Amino acid sequence: MSAVILDHITKTYENGKVTAVDDVSLEVSPGELFGLIGPDGAGKTSVFRILTTLLLPEKGTASVLGFDCVKNYREIRNRVGYMPGRFSLYQDLTVAENLHFFATLFGTTIEENYTLIKDIYEQIKPFSNRRAGKLSGGMKQKLALCCALIHKPEVLFLDEPTTGVDVVSRKEFWAMLQQLKQQGITIMVSTPYMDEAVLCERIALIQAGRIMSVDTPEKIIDTFPAQLFAVKAADIYRLLTDLRNDPATESCYTFGEYLHITFRGHPDTNPQQLQEWLEQRGHRNVAVKQIRATIEDSFIRLMNEA
Amino acid sequence: MKQLLVFIRKEFYHVFRDRRTLLIMFGLPVAQIVLFGFALTSEVKNISLIIIDQARDVNSQELTGKIKSSAYFITDESVTDYNDIEKAFKQGTARCALIIPAGFGNDLLHGGSAPVQILTDGSDPNTAKTVVNYLTSIMTGYQQELSKTPPLRYLIQPELRMLYNEEGNGSLNFIPGVMALVLMIVCTALTSVSVVREKELGTMEILLVSPFRPLLVLVAKAIPYLVLSLANFLLILFLSVFVLDVTVKGSILLLVAESMLFITTCLSFGLMISNTTNSQQTALLLSMMGMMLPTMIFTGFMFPLENMPVPFQVISNIVPARWYFLIIKAVMLKGLGFGYVWKETLVLTGMMLATLGIALKNFKTRLS
Repeated sequence: MSAVILDHITKTYENGKVTAVDDVSLEVSPGELFGLIGPDGAGKTSVFRILTTLLLPEKGTASVLGFDCVKNYREIRNRVGYMPGRFSLYQDLTVAENLHFFATLFGTTIEENYTLIKDIYEQIKPFSNRRAGKLSGGMKQKLALCCALIHKPEVLFLDEPTTGVDVVSRKEFWAMLQQLKQQGITIMVSTPYMDEAVLCERIALIQAGRIMSVDTPEKIIDTFPAQLFAVKAADIYRLLTDLRNDPATESCYTFGEYLHITFRGHPDTNPQQLQEWLEQRGHRNVAVKQIRATIEDSFIRLMNEA
Repeated sequence: MKQLLVFIRKEFYHVFRDRRTLLIMFGLPVAQIVLFGFALTSEVKNISLIIIDQARDVNSQELTGKIKSSAYFITDESVTDYNDIEKAFKQGTARCALIIPAGFGNDLLHGGSAPVQILTDGSDPNTAKTVVNYLTSIMTGYQQELSKTPPLRYLIQPELRMLYNEEGNGSLNFIPGVMALVLMIVCTALTSVSVVREKELGTMEILLVSPFRPLLVLVAKAIPYLVLSLANFLLILFLSVFVLDVTVKGSILLLVAESMLFITTCLSFGLMISNTTNSQQTALLLSMMGMMLPTMIFTGFMFPLENMPVPFQVISNIVPARWYFLIIKAVMLKGLGFGYVWKETLVLTGMMLATLGIALKNFKTRLS
C-alpha cells in the first residue's frame, strides 16, 4: 500500500478565484524519498498542507498511511513529522529547550529516539544553550529537522527545507535525508532547486498547480524527446535573438553561460554543422556541444508544452 | 498531562524572556496606581491663595491664621495692591484671593456683620466652587467660635460622615477601577497576542500537526496568564494598601475568588479575539480598542454611570468590568460578604461561560 496518496486533489483560495492545486494525483511508496519539484507559487506548500491535514481540499481525496486526510486527521497527526517552509521553532527558546519541548509534545523523550537524530544533533550540540533565533540558517534547518524527527515519524514532510540555506549546508542536508531513508522513513520533500531533483528516488514536476510528470529523475531525463545543444559565443545576446528569430528553432533559453537550444524536425543535426552555420552569420568564438538534458531542461520543455 | 506542563513552562519562558511583555505586565499596574493615586486626583489641595488684609486687627489675624493652618491653601500675603491680584491670576501664580477690608474687626463685633471679598479663577469652575466652599466653611467656623451663644433659637446643625471613607481618600474609588482596567488589559491583550504570535511565527502549524490536542493549546495558553494576572492583582492590592493607605475591609479570599472569575472572563475574551485574527497588531488593537476604552468609559470609576444617557447605561451592562467594579467596591471598601454580590457574580459567570464557549467552539483545528 502506498504511504501517501493524492487522488484528483483540487484546492482553491479566495472563493475559487485562485487555483493553487489543480487536479493533482500521485502516490508515494513506503520508504521512498520523493521530491515535489517546482518554482515558487507552483502549489507545493498547499499540497503539503493538505497532506498534513492543515488544509481541506475542495475536490478529491488524500490519504497518508491509509488514513484519510479529512476524516482521520488525528491519526495522521500522531504519525507524521512536518517541517514547514518557514523556520517555525521558538526563537526565544534555546536549541535544547526547543528539542525537549517538541519531544514531550509528541509524547516521547530525547533519549528514546536519540539514535535517529544523533548524526544531525551532534552538529548543533555545541550551541545547545543558544537561542534558536540566533542560529545560522543551516543550523536552524538542522534543528527543525531534529524537532520533526524526534518522535520517529513514519512519514516525514519537508517543505522547502533547503531554501535560503548555503550550498554546503544543502549538501549536508541531503546527505542526512539519504541516511534517514536507510532507516525506513518515507520522506516527501519539496524544493524549487532543480539540481536537487536528481537526489530523490522519484520526483513530480509541478507547475501552476498541475503535475506535469511523475517518474524517476533518470527516466524524466531519458524521455527528453529532442536533441539538446549548448551554445555560446562572444556576443551571447545577439546569439540569443538570432536563434530565437530563426524559424527552425523550437526553444532557446539561457542556462548559465550557455544557451540551450532545440530544433524543429532536424533529427540529426550535428554540432559541427551548427557551429559553421553560426560562424557564417558572423558570430565569433562559437562553441557548440550536444548535451544530455537536465531536469531543468525537461521542466522548461514540459512547461512550454502545457 | 506532562505535555501540558511542558507547554505551560514554555509559555512562562516566553513571558520572562520578553522585556516588553514583562513591562506591560508589571510596569502597567505600578504606573496606573501612581498616576491615579497621585496625579489624576480629583481632590483640591495646595491652592495658592492671596490674602490682602487691609484691616490688620485681631479678628482679621485670627481668620487668616485659621485659613493658613488648613491643609488646603498655600497663602501669599506679599501682595498689597488690589490690582496686582488680576496680574497674579493671569500669570497663574494664584487661583483665588481673599480681601479683608479695613475695619473688619470693628464691623464684625459692633456692626454685627462684616463683608469680605473672595475672588476665584472661574476658568476652572469646579476648583473655584470647591475653594469657595472651603473658605466659607472656615469662616462659618470662626463665626461660630466668636458668638458663644447661638444667635438663632432654631438651628439645624448638620453632622456629616462619609461612610466607608471617612477621611475622603480619593484612592478608594479608583482602586477597583484600576484593578479592572489592568486585569482587562493584561489578560485580554497578552493572551490574544500570545496565541496569534504562534500563528504569525508558523509554530501553530507544527503544534497542529502533533498529537497535542488543539484545545489544550488554549488551556496551556490561558493558565500562565491566569497565574500572572493573579500575581498582578496581588501586586495592585499590595500597592493600594501600603502606598495609598487603602484598607481592605472584606474577605481577601472572596476578593481573590471574584478576581479569578473576572480574569477568566478576560482570558476568554482574549482567546476569542485570537481566534479571529492572524496578526499580533490586529489582536493588540482589537483588545485595546475593544476592551480598554469601554472599560474606562463604562465601568463607572471615571465617569458616573448615572449621569449617562439611557442607551449608554444599557450598553454598560455588557461590559464585564462594570460588574467586577461593583463587586470589588462592595467587598473591598464596604466589607460586604458574598450574599450581597451574588447577583453581580452570576452575571459575570454567565459572561465568562458565554465567551469561553464561543472561544472554544471557534478554535480552528486547521489553518483556515
